Amino acid sequence: MMIEARGLVRTFKTKRGPVQAVQGVDLNVADGEIVGFLGPNGAGKTTTMRMLATLIKPTSGTATVAGCDLAKDPVGVRRRIGYVPQSGSTLPEAIAGDEVVDHARLYGVDKKRAIADGRRLFEELDLPGLWRRQCKTLSGGQRRRLDIVMGLIHDPKLIFLDEPTTGLDPQARANLWEHIRGLRERGATIFLTTHYLDEADALCDRILVIDHGRIVAAGKPEELKQQVSGDGVRLSLGDAENAPAVTKIVEELPGAVAVETDGDVVGFRIPKGGSVLPSLLRTIDAQGIELNGVEVHRPTLDDVFLTMTGRSLRDDSETPAEAQKEAAA
Amino acid sequence: MTVQTLTPTHRPGSVLRETWIVFNRAMRLSLRNPMWSILMLSQPLMYLFLFGPLLKPITAQISQGATTNAYQVFIPGLIVQLGMFGAMFVGFGLIAEYRAGVIEADRVTPASRIALMAGRVLRDVVVLVVQSILLLVVSIPMGLRAPWDGVLLSLVIVALLGATFASLSYSVALITKSEDALAPLLNGIAMPLLLLSGILLPMQIGPTWLQRLSDISPLKHVVNGVRALFRGDIGSSASLWGLFWVVLLTVIGLAVGARTFRKESA
Ligand SMILES: Nc1ncnc2c1ncn2[C@@H]1O[C@H](COP(=O)(O)OP(=O)(O)O)[C@@H](O)[C@H]1O
Ligand SMILES: [Mg+2]
Repeated sequence: MMIEARGLVRTFKTKRGPVQAVQGVDLNVADGEIVGFLGPNGAGKTTTMRMLATLIKPTSGTATVAGCDLAKDPVGVRRRIGYVPQSGSTLPEAIAGDEVVDHARLYGVDKKRAIADGRRLFEELDLPGLWRRQCKTLSGGQRRRLDIVMGLIHDPKLIFLDEPTTGLDPQARANLWEHIRGLRERGATIFLTTHYLDEADALCDRILVIDHGRIVAAGKPEELKQQVSGDGVRLSLGDAENAPAVTKIVEELPGAVAVETDGDVVGFRIPKGGSVLPSLLRTIDAQGIELNGVEVHRPTLDDVFLTMTGRSLRDDSETPAEAQKEAAA
Repeated sequence: MTVQTLTPTHRPGSVLRETWIVFNRAMRLSLRNPMWSILMLSQPLMYLFLFGPLLKPITAQISQGATTNAYQVFIPGLIVQLGMFGAMFVGFGLIAEYRAGVIEADRVTPASRIALMAGRVLRDVVVLVVQSILLLVVSIPMGLRAPWDGVLLSLVIVALLGATFASLSYSVALITKSEDALAPLLNGIAMPLLLLSGILLPMQIGPTWLQRLSDISPLKHVVNGVRALFRGDIGSSASLWGLFWVVLLTVIGLAVGARTFRKESA
């Protein structure tokens, strides 16, 4: 086991009283896994990660990280992990390559090796020719990738990435996902946080869904989606007046759950949505009700989150790809 | 906590090595900023040319007739002031580093927490000593005469004083993490310390209560010590008291700084 945490709790004292950021998190991460911590802003992802990376002490709870006890041997933990914080790790005035080399040397890497490894990582993470540049002259995406170089420079076997792709364009994200998979292939274990559904889905072997400081679901993306009962179906009626009649028909379908009406749209969940549709459409047609459109969608991680918490993750988070699509539309 | 930083993974050798790495980075950054380099060179000269003429007439009062060389009285005050003010405001730089995420990036490495502070303090000390030497060199043509051993010992005192104020400044910066909190705090401390030290104005011209107040200011004893050293009274009680106080201040300052850097909230 690369990470084994039991009952992690962290309470912050603030002027407006205590904030219970993390309220009892148990988690296991096996060697060679990519595990994603998925949750909305303020869920406690960063706080949990900072505890595991020895940056803050748990209020209570225990953990073994990379084979070292978090409380008894924090230096041992630090030697074995790489940590990429959510919000930067280099000084704007400093030279990018210098920051990387100095950081590596604090891990005991000698200077020559640090320069060679740093330059190689610059190539791999698409930062060519930026070695001697002042950090503040880099673009947001480039600085984000520089942070990642900083976290990887000593070749750690366990890597913490806090929202690694926030602020990257779709191309750079895809590139970074590839790089993260490559790290795993070379034997590293990766624990990352994200509030992007597609990132958790595409990149992670396993996902821990966190909300309000507690893990509410854990499993492979596919397993989690299977836990949600059935496919989502949305019927758009031309006329909102027909909604009650259609709702009644839908409620009589065996297996239909979560029936909701929103104006002229009736939505529900049902196992094997595609196969119940033809007979449903016939029944609606027989009552002389017209339909404008029908949508069936496989459960997504957002449905998982919605089922577990009653809220949608999308409320506060859109993937950069979606944001771009919308901007273009 | 102490056990944690002194585990076998932290031999003294590695602490020194890490201090050296942090010092090098800090020094490189300081030298990269041209504005800063210019200010660094001009500040002591400004003191010399603007304050010097003002202080000359009251030399006799400050030194109570112990010397007639104005610069033997004036320059010690200036370099002590430099050691204090030059180091006092370094916390602002640390807050900038904190905001950029550098402190957290440092703290996630296995490097000793003490090295993370000591490297930065060492940079500040080197800067101060260079400034002081510059000030001394420029004062020679203006009439400064002082024995070299006394001057050397004085530079050690300035270095220790700088280390004290730099680590205290870093401590407060790490605890408050805000320029808005740091600025009034430092100004609030700097002003009374400077006045009570007797650097600018002799305490003898003030009322008795003010003189008693300045007696409990360690800085006054440090200034008197450095003045004695510049007169060549190396074994005098004034210089020994000055050394005693500066060493005590340094021990306290470094201990507080190291503690803050080790604490988790840092
Ligand atoms: N240093 C801190 N002091 C006070 N409250 C904090 C601190 N860090 C985090 N919190 C609070 O803890 C909660 C969880 O924050 P965080 O772990 O950063 O969430 P996430 O990374 O999932 O967005 C939030 O309510 C946040 O405001
Ligand atoms: Mg976060």
